[in-house]
Amino acid sequence: MSDIETIEAEALSAIEGTGDIAALDEVRVAELGKKGRVSALMKQLGGMSADERQEMGPKLNALKTRVADAVAARKTELEDAALEAQLANETLDLSLPPKPEARGALHPVMQVFEEIAAIFGDMGFAVAEGPDIEDDWHNFTALNFPEGHPARETHDTFFFHPQDGAPAKVLRTHTSPVQIRVMEDTPPPIRILVPGRVYRNDWDATHTPMFHQVEGLVIDKGIHMGHLKGCLSDFAREFFEVDKAATRFRPHFFPFTEPSAEMDVQCDRSGGAVKVGEGTDWLEILGCGMVHPNVLRNCGIDPDEYQGFAFGMGVDRLAMLKYGMPDLRPYFEADPDWTRHYGFAPWLTPSVSGGLS
Amino acid sequence: MKFTLSWLEEHLATKADRDDILAYMMKAGLEVEEAVTPAEKLSAFTVAKVREAVPHPDADKLRICTVDTIEGEKQIVCGAPNARAGMSAIYAPLGTYIPGADFSLDKKPRKIRGVESHGMLCSAKELEAGDDHDGIIELTEYFEVGTPAATALGQTDTVIDFEVTPNRPDWLGVAGIARDLAAAGAGRYVAKEPKPIEGSYDCPIAVEIGAPEACPIFTGLMITGVKNGPSPEWMQTRLKAVGIQPKSLLVDVTNYISLDRARPLHAFDAAKLNGPVVPRLGKAGEKLEALDGKTYEITEDMCVITDRSGVIGLGGVMGGESTAVSDETTDIFLESAWFDPLRTARTGRTTGIVSDARYRFERGVDPSSCLDGLYLAARIIVEHCGGEVSRPVIAGDPPAPHEKVTFHTEDVARLTGLDVKPADMKKMLKALGCKIEDAGTTWYIVPPSWRFDIDQSADFVEEVARLTGYDALEETPLPPLPGGRKALATPLQQRVRTARRTLASRGFVEAVTWSFMARDNAALFAGGANAVPPALTVANPVASELDQMRPSILGNLAQATQRATDHGAREVKLFEAGPVYLGDGAKDQRTMVAALVRPVSARHWQGAESYDAYAAKADLFAVLDALGQPPERFQIGEHKASHFHPGQAAALKLGPKVTVAHFGALHPRVLKAMDLDGPMIAFELNLNALPQMKVKPGKTKPLFEKADLTPIRRDLAFVVSRETPAGELLRLARGAEKALISSADIFDVYAGPGIDEDKKSVAFEITIQPRGDTLKDADIDAVMKKVIGAVEKGTGGSLRA
Repeated sequence: MSDIETIEAEALSAIEGTGDIAALDEVRVAELGKKGRVSALMKQLGGMSADERQEMGPKLNALKTRVADAVAARKTELEDAALEAQLANETLDLSLPPKPEARGALHPVMQVFEEIAAIFGDMGFAVAEGPDIEDDWHNFTALNFPEGHPARETHDTFFFHPQDGAPAKVLRTHTSPVQIRVMEDTPPPIRILVPGRVYRNDWDATHTPMFHQVEGLVIDKGIHMGHLKGCLSDFAREFFEVDKAATRFRPHFFPFTEPSAEMDVQCDRSGGAVKVGEGTDWLEILGCGMVHPNVLRNCGIDPDEYQGFAFGMGVDRLAMLKYGMPDLRPYFEADPDWTRHYGFAPWLTPSVSGGLS
Repeated sequence: MKFTLSWLEEHLATKADRDDILAYMMKAGLEVEEAVTPAEKLSAFTVAKVREAVPHPDADKLRICTVDTIEGEKQIVCGAPNARAGMSAIYAPLGTYIPGADFSLDKKPRKIRGVESHGMLCSAKELEAGDDHDGIIELTEYFEVGTPAATALGQTDTVIDFEVTPNRPDWLGVAGIARDLAAAGAGRYVAKEPKPIEGSYDCPIAVEIGAPEACPIFTGLMITGVKNGPSPEWMQTRLKAVGIQPKSLLVDVTNYISLDRARPLHAFDAAKLNGPVVPRLGKAGEKLEALDGKTYEITEDMCVITDRSGVIGLGGVMGGESTAVSDETTDIFLESAWFDPLRTARTGRTTGIVSDARYRFERGVDPSSCLDGLYLAARIIVEHCGGEVSRPVIAGDPPAPHEKVTFHTEDVARLTGLDVKPADMKKMLKALGCKIEDAGTTWYIVPPSWRFDIDQSADFVEEVARLTGYDALEETPLPPLPGGRKALATPLQQRVRTARRTLASRGFVEAVTWSFMARDNAALFAGGANAVPPALTVANPVASELDQMRPSILGNLAQATQRATDHGAREVKLFEAGPVYLGDGAKDQRTMVAALVRPVSARHWQGAESYDAYAAKADLFAVLDALGQPPERFQIGEHKASHFHPGQAAALKLGPKVTVAHFGALHPRVLKAMDLDGPMIAFELNLNALPQMKVKPGKTKPLFEKADLTPIRRDLAFVVSRETPAGELLRLARGAEKALISSADIFDVYAGPGIDEDKKSVAFEITIQPRGDTLKDADIDAVMKKVIGAVEKGTGGSLRA
């Protein structure tokens, strides 16, 4: 039966010698195909005696298996080699830069608006808005600024030309007129926060003709100055994201509140930058007070039944303090480099649970 | 308002030191802006005596002085020409900071031309004690060696500057400050009410009231035979300390009384007066040459002081040149009156005059202080300038005194939460000058004549609260609101937030620009000069290029982009979410989201795309999508916006009437007019114009239904006229069988050989999504037939063969 050994040796050698799938297939057909040599030997089994078959059957089957295995193994080898060759051709230079994507940014003032809204939102303040162009009533008279009083002068008001004999409209000098609009339309209890643009005719290193304020108003039964102090002290600590920051309330004057106050927050100025919550210095943050009974009356609310407090703060300055912008003027210059530097990524949404910044 | 501590102590008996006083001021609401104590910066300097002064061997102008100092004998090299033996001078030891020169002496002795110098003798300028820098200070009075320099120089006082709020004109006098601080617990108020002057003769100058509504009371007196001269040292020191240059006593005394008592006075040279002095309303055509050297046109609204010669002063604002006192004045007529605050304020605004008198009268001067003012001034004048004082003349009556105001003592606790004993309240209010009629928990109180800010119970609450101190207020958390938690931002604000974050995530940088712009530029965005509403022109703009409320944000963004480009930026992508103004009514403001790109195609090895109108459309659609506004709800139509390119921009509409947005290229005419480097691609979206999406009750979402049948895709191409908007084909195709067609997308637009010249071919793919039942071939054919029919009918085109 040297035939078997010869055929096996020749077949395995031929398989090993193939260089590609097509050549391998030729060898497979020549050995294992219907007319192949191994198949021919298998066919001889039919003409053998039972004893011979008993002996030759396993041998021939083993031959067939070994040749088939060798073909399969060689096929894998050849395919791997072909893939390697193909991959070698497909190499990318991944040191090349991808297509650039512009990096967007949110303006710090707009972000700080949202931070403030998140803090007060947690205390139940709903957001309200009003128009930038106001009438004299909402901006001054209803807020208890007597006509011709010097308190009006301090506001450096922008006026429009009077139209049709009506008093000149103004650009609102504060967000407080929205207090009036809300109280005129909404029965108490009221708990609102008013963000917005405000305008004063003043332009120098520390003033811009347009800036941003947030106004707050709480009207209910039994709301007193202790609530004001608690609410705003909590705000200061949460806004500056410090564990402790002492606050100080000082008497002040605003026509639309009585009593009126300003709130200072503890800070340290010794290192050049302002650090809130440390040191022995004080920094003025906001004005506030109990809503003046005249203002409540002007809005049709009985000051003997309802009372409450209001506050207002300059958002641009708060943003400067918190994030260390040295100068107010670039806020309104729309310089993309400045905004990318001091601004915020779009996915940073201020929230009480996730942190403000 | 500036004052000095020693001045304050004339009206306030106190043991409080400087820091205590500052704390009491803070507590009472007097906001300190600055407190300067020269003694602090002079603490290292002391009196020394020059025992010997010999010329320096190697320098003509230097002397070697042997000086007795607090630290013993020192050798000091001095360059001052007046350094000489026997003089008393001010000595600075080594290492001392010299405030007027802003440097510190070396800590070790320095050799000057070979001779060691152990410290310095100082000039007035080096100590900020004067301007003299020609030589060192020579003390004329005797002081022991080692006496603090501040004592020797009379600079122990502290100058305090604080903000006077408009409600407290009584703080414009040092006496008023003392009264408030005493009420706050700083000490005892020392009332220095002047004794009336009897007067030895009748005042020869008559006074009459010409307009009681403008000047209800006018008083005066005459002093004859005065000899004007410099004011006494103590008055000069005080005036200088608060920044007023002393001139002569007759001028200084009125300034002093104004600062000391918040009581403006005016001194006329009686020899220059002509007949009775009458305050009355002005007449058109009258003029006044005022003390500031300027001539003012008088109006009928002004209160003028007159004599027979005409207008000689603006009541409560400024006196006139024609009757001014001078060094030669011997007889003076002193005026003390009360002028209506509002009229004084108007006159001040009209004339632009800023004076101490105006500042006080427009805020309110104590009407009961007229005669006291005269007596105070007359006593000082007679003491220093001599003269005979007349009996006062009085015309008119002071305005009606304050009426009783009701104070409910329980309002203190109700409005502040403070627990203050009624006895303490009474003490505070009395200290402020209130006259109290106690009727249990309700008090009837006459406020003091110098206060104009007390007319209801809450005003007393403020007084009690501030004098108790706001530190006593107890921090109290706000009570929880009833009801559940809802979104607290308005739907519009939610839109603004979402739009901003969408654009920032797509590479845009947020801008915040002025709400105003140049009127000429506004015209470009409003549709011409006639379309700029005059009602939106600012009457007093901060700058001429910021005089019009903006009709669009894009002008400001374009200018900002140009600035960035000029600065070397490549592609700039800016956006702003903010207001634009259609009119001056409360409902004429719109919230827009505007974005602008100056495309610069960045060269890239993979090839680069340039931002164009289609990219703007994609960004706009992304914003709409984020806002829950499916873009396919809107129609693309021709625009009428004059600032957009006529052919490369479009309007996004909701029905025929509502324009929601514009997008595309800015008009080249706008670019040219504003000197901008184009092209600029932009969009602006009116957030107010978007419909409110229906709010479904509850928070559960509809059940998810997976389309388990495979979608069928078919390509179609039509030949239509060139003018037909391609988007119209999609709209028609989608609308042909809404239930089954889930999408339609154009993949080819072709015009050229093979197609008629005035036509184009538009090819698109429709996706048919079977739901429920499998579609048979016949069903699909039916859909295709509907689509073809609808497109052919709608466009007049035909299926491409």
